[in-house]
Amino acid sequence: MSIAAIQEELIDEFSLFEDWMDKYEHLIQLGKTLPLIDPQRKTDDKLIKGCQSKVWLDAYLKEDKVIFTADSDAIITKGIIAVLIRVFSGHRPEEIAAANTNFIDEIGLKEHLSPTRANGLVSMIKQMKLYAVAFQAQLKK
Amino acid sequence: MALNVTQIREDFPILKREVNGKPLVYLDNAATSQKPKQVIDSISHYYTHYNANIHRGVHTLSQEATDAYEQARKKIQKHFNIAHNHEVIFTSGTTDGINLVANGFSSFLKTGNEVLVSAMEHHSNIVPWQMLCEKTGAQLKVIPMSEEGTLILDEYDTLLTEKTKLVFVNHISNALGTINPIEEIIEKAHTYGAAVLVDGAQSCSHIKPDLQALDVDFYVTSAHKMCGPTGVGMLYGKEEWLHKLPPYQGGGEMIAEVTFEKTTYADLPHKFEAGTPNIAGGIAFGTAIDYLNEIGFDAIAQHESQLLEYATAELLKIRGLRIYGTGKDKTSVISFNLEGIHPYDVGTILDKLGIAVRTGHHCAQPIMDFYKIPGTVRASFAFYNTMEEVDKLVDAVRQAQNMLS
Ligand SMILES: Cc1ncc(COP(=O)(O)O)c(C=O)c1O
Repeated sequence: MSIAAIQEELIDEFSLFEDWMDKYEHLIQLGKTLPLIDPQRKTDDKLIKGCQSKVWLDAYLKEDKVIFTADSDAIITKGIIAVLIRVFSGHRPEEIAAANTNFIDEIGLKEHLSPTRANGLVSMIKQMKLYAVAFQAQLKK
Repeated sequence: MALNVTQIREDFPILKREVNGKPLVYLDNAATSQKPKQVIDSISHYYTHYNANIHRGVHTLSQEATDAYEQARKKIQKHFNIAHNHEVIFTSGTTDGINLVANGFSSFLKTGNEVLVSAMEHHSNIVPWQMLCEKTGAQLKVIPMSEEGTLILDEYDTLLTEKTKLVFVNHISNALGTINPIEEIIEKAHTYGAAVLVDGAQSCSHIKPDLQALDVDFYVTSAHKMCGPTGVGMLYGKEEWLHKLPPYQGGGEMIAEVTFEKTTYADLPHKFEAGTPNIAGGIAFGTAIDYLNEIGFDAIAQHESQLLEYATAELLKIRGLRIYGTGKDKTSVISFNLEGIHPYDVGTILDKLGIAVRTGHHCAQPIMDFYKIPGTVRASFAFYNTMEEVDKLVDAVRQAQNMLS
């Protein structure tokens, strides 16, 4: 599935929830499915700056596709990063780098998250795109 | 006399707000207090009727503005029982006041001198002293705290020596609510000839310190924590110290005479008040002090201690909830965590329920390191909070726990 198609799927999925509580319950459930970072690689240099809770993000290339893994000490943050990984993981670097992220508004994540956490979310996206750009350069060589 | 909280809440327009479709429950008073309409009105009244630069013009507006600003200085003087009017320096806030003193001491301190700070300081109270020590070669030492979040005074006794030149301690810890025994700290420091600066950012909304009785050398606070506006605060310094300290910033207002060869500095307090100050803020600071005194600090203390007692008892009924800062002398601040749950998750759910609390390290990372936690959820109460709001907090924490575990 393309990045855009996965985003559509998420928008549909989240539109089922009428109130914020159900939406958060779902997010927390998604957090439990997060592809976890290899404990050996869960080091301070993998921490993302700008999040109030700790977020570790790692990425590697597998057959020209970027695979992300992550972890967080906060459960809602885990849900958010799980959503992002579902969207971005398993795609080519150039697709990730070029992807827009409007879906976040549409699934009501940005609007429903506190400003500092939203900033954390922005930092997560930025870090994922940075990985993508770095892999893109690596593949061109 | 018991407070009429219902009536008091009418003074605070913001308390009528809704957040996320729920009536706002504002429990982040340790970060900043809300403002009564009296304070808001005094700012708009100033700009509407007599905005002018002060201490400069002969025209009527300038004189009215100067009078009002100086009147506010007198209110502060009286409120804190300060001996001389010129010992009240307007600052932009606590942080500014601390930096002013730290900068001043950089011209006295040298290698071999020591500066003591408590283990429960706000970052703004640690960084300037680290900078000061780096610059002067003096050494920074830390007065440790106990598991209950109180300072270990025996250790203070050992740390205090002839080498100690300065002691810095907050009157009340923002992260734990602990009231520190500053009387004793000041008295002991003085026996070694050390000066004491007390950070009153967290205390002045709860208690009315008598600065002459405390015999403190410097005391700083921020108006915004005491129902006043942001961007203004006060530094109290004993006259002799203020004379000794060099000016902090150069600019207008702080000079008596300027030629290109030499400038003579203005008298106190203007020596430390360079440039056009926050005039509206200073005036409204005075209004805030009037407002709090009208309610009365005894009544405030009584109501807040009821809130604290009730909230503590109710929160402790929740399984797995731990409160940090359990000393017997504390103000209406409750820092807590739910076992196995990140404070940030709890804060997010509480916000959805209209409850404003603070989560994180509260600019007091060393305290969090001490307890080996990433942060806490902090609910801090003011005199305008109600028992019903405590109930809402407790219900919300329970709901968060259900969702998150
Ligand atoms: C104990 C303490 N000191 C200093 C400060 C800093 O105050 P301001 O930001 O008003 O300068 C605060 C504010 O949170 C505080 O709680």
